[in-house]
Amino acid sequence: MMRFLLLFSRQGRLRLQKWFTPTPEREKKKIIRDMTTMVLARKPRSCNFLHWRDLKIVYKRYASLYFCLALEDQDNELLALEILHRYVELLDKYFGNVCELDIIFNFEKAYFILDEFLMGGEIQETSKQIVNRSIEASDMLQEDDNSDWYEVELFG
Amino acid sequence: MSPSVRLQEMIRVIRSARTQGEERGVIQRECAAIRAQFRQADNGGRSHNLAKLLYVHMLGYPAHFGQMECVRLIASPRYSEKRVGYLGAMMLLDEKQDASLLITNSIKNDLSHSSQYVQSLALCTLACMGSAEMCRDLAPEIDRLLRASNSYIKKKAALCAVHIVRKVPELGELFTPAARSLLSEKNHGVLHGAVVLITELCERNPETLEQFRKTVPDLVQIMKGLVTTGYSPEHNVAGISDPFLQVRILRLLRILGRNNDAASDAMNDLLAQVATNTDSSKTAGSAVLYETVLTVMDIKSESGLRVLAVNILGRFLLNNDRNIRYISMTSLQKIVVTDHNAVQRHRGTIVDCLKDPDASVKRRALELSLALVSAVNIRSMMKELLLFLSSCPPELKAQAACGIFNAAGGDVRDETVPNLIQLITTASDLHCYTVHKLYRALITDISQQSLVQVACWCIGEYGDLLLRGECDEIEPVQVSEDDVLDALETVLQSHMSSPATRGFALTATMKLSTRITDNVDRIRSIVSIYGSCIDVELQQRAVEYNALFKKYDHMRYATSCTENLNKKSSFCFPFVCGLLKVCDLLDLLGGSEEPPQPGPILGSTAPGPASTAGGDLLDLLGGLETPETPETPALTPAPTLTVYEKNGVTLKLHCHKQSETGLTVTLTASNSSDWDMSSFTLQAAVPKVRLPPNPVYMLISHK
Repeated sequence: MMRFLLLFSRQGRLRLQKWFTPTPEREKKKIIRDMTTMVLARKPRSCNFLHWRDLKIVYKRYASLYFCLALEDQDNELLALEILHRYVELLDKYFGNVCELDIIFNFEKAYFILDEFLMGGEIQETSKQIVNRSIEASDMLQEDDNSDWYEVELFG
Repeated sequence: MSPSVRLQEMIRVIRSARTQGEERGVIQRECAAIRAQFRQADNGGRSHNLAKLLYVHMLGYPAHFGQMECVRLIASPRYSEKRVGYLGAMMLLDEKQDASLLITNSIKNDLSHSSQYVQSLALCTLACMGSAEMCRDLAPEIDRLLRASNSYIKKKAALCAVHIVRKVPELGELFTPAARSLLSEKNHGVLHGAVVLITELCERNPETLEQFRKTVPDLVQIMKGLVTTGYSPEHNVAGISDPFLQVRILRLLRILGRNNDAASDAMNDLLAQVATNTDSSKTAGSAVLYETVLTVMDIKSESGLRVLAVNILGRFLLNNDRNIRYISMTSLQKIVVTDHNAVQRHRGTIVDCLKDPDASVKRRALELSLALVSAVNIRSMMKELLLFLSSCPPELKAQAACGIFNAAGGDVRDETVPNLIQLITTASDLHCYTVHKLYRALITDISQQSLVQVACWCIGEYGDLLLRGECDEIEPVQVSEDDVLDALETVLQSHMSSPATRGFALTATMKLSTRITDNVDRIRSIVSIYGSCIDVELQQRAVEYNALFKKYDHMRYATSCTENLNKKSSFCFPFVCGLLKVCDLLDLLGGSEEPPQPGPILGSTAPGPASTAGGDLLDLLGGLETPETPETPALTPAPTLTVYEKNGVTLKLHCHKQSETGLTVTLTASNSSDWDMSSFTLQAAVPKVRLPPNPVYMLISHK
């Protein structure tokens, strides 16, 4: 399973944190510090995999944001790169040419999208379209807060 | 003004703060406002206030006062409030907080909500931060949802069940039947969740694993479907149909096929098909191939399939993508022991990777290259490794040098040992790493004499660093004093150890007596055992050390401490203790049958130079005048003589008759100056003509 997902800027400012195991606040802060230090120190054309404690760290830079995923021993690192890429694609579809500012000012939306894609440290849905449609439907439901509840039929 | 703009407005204000202090001020004001809002009755902006708090929390500021607000929002009938409330719960609450229990009831209600999006929120939150108690409470609900709901909910319930099984493994039995039936679903999301759940169940329970082995044909069918069907727009990634699902199925097959011939047979053809047909030009395909290789190597596959898998790894080594080269080497490292020959075929490419500019790739290439050194290829490998050592980054130098030394084996020239020891002494920041690495090499294999000698020396010298346990560059391992003494004793007792090696081990054991606290008695007993050893050299050392324990315990610390850096004197340690017994003095004492001959040590008529190059200090005894001629034995021992007095150094010789046949000469050296003296060595020469039958011992008392 994945242990945590962090998004941070080139200056090391945290933009999103998702923890898949219960971790004390102090420990979270320490891990964030370690990750940002390690990843920001990497040279531009380095390999995207690192070893840290007993975990495999997979990171990828998209524009001004670093996406950093921690894996356990049995997890597939190359697939993790695909997971990060898929999440960026989902954000891109939702925000339209997503950039760091979108994630800063709409951080809760970034979390909602993540929660439709991953769950409990595992992939929840492998189809891009289904994730997109779920988010759209949830957003509509949020807007129509005062109307009656209704069901949305999803294909698949 | 719409509430959500207020959130974005706050973010804008915080970001425009020019200093940390200003930011803190803004946030304190906002938090005070939020707190006030929380205390008020429902004003329609609750979700936005909580969202603001969550933003502040992400910046690293405390937000615990929002926990109760999360609980309240989750219980709200409004979806917008539930959504933010559950998000807040996942960010601010974890199973250790008391407030988390309060949301159990809300989650339970929401799991049976008429809207699947509300159910989804509850499932997501439970899978994220559900405690063992909450899991036990809600497991039957999850099981119900696994069976009877739409695919949107089923896939989430499956992952929720995974979380429950991780928290409360006994509940695995509850989910086993539902998991089995989920495999016949067509929806990829549900299938993926089912495969993850089955994997988790099988990893925790061997009986469940047995049951699920029967599903291998079904899994094979599903994989075949994914690999052979044409383009599917919904799941396609770079030409691969749902690589995420493929990888998970391969991983489950690995667990089911491990140690089981029948299951491995059933999946053999499929694995061969995936290995040959998957296009690896993009990462998605490589990910699938990588997982296939791991599965093939772990199950009981045919040799042809194994060779195919290793060849895939070999192909990966030539890939332009650095990531693929890296994982290829980590995989080869795992199988280099079991499939050594197959990996050897790719040695050339691996050695080329030593020149890769990436540090991670270099490190992997180094480890793999060292593992591939064999009797056949040692010359060419050494050339490459030495070339690498001369130009590699500093953090890899220690590992490379150690590995080369290890690989070089027993065919090492004599000078190498003292030279390497000298090198180690000068690299003081590497002492901890070196002693750890050499200790581990020692406990694995004691047949290579040079390596064992250096390892023993290091353990004796830096034993305290080894026992302390921590070292930056390698994983910490607890080494107890008994472990270290066991290792040294093994070297002492082994028939493979040469006499020189034994000497090193004994000296190291002795040195450890000052570095350890609990086992000094054990050291004493080891040392005294070797006092009657057949090997003269070993016996001599052991007796000297024994004496050091018995009579000169107060000096043991001083003489055993870190040696001075004089190259040769590090091997002269044995000379720095013991008793002086000059058996030539038998002539002087009488009782000797041999014709009286000029005593070469005492007496001004001694043959040989009275002073040698290096100063008068070198021949203390040359200047002594005995009152009697050498022909007649002296009946009274010579008095205390001051033989040297200069620059604050005073050397006195005192003769004392111990027994009929033995005379003790004590050399007392004292320093009356204000500064310390170092590099004090005593050398005694005994001419060959009068080689005493008993060993010569020297005593120096330090003052």
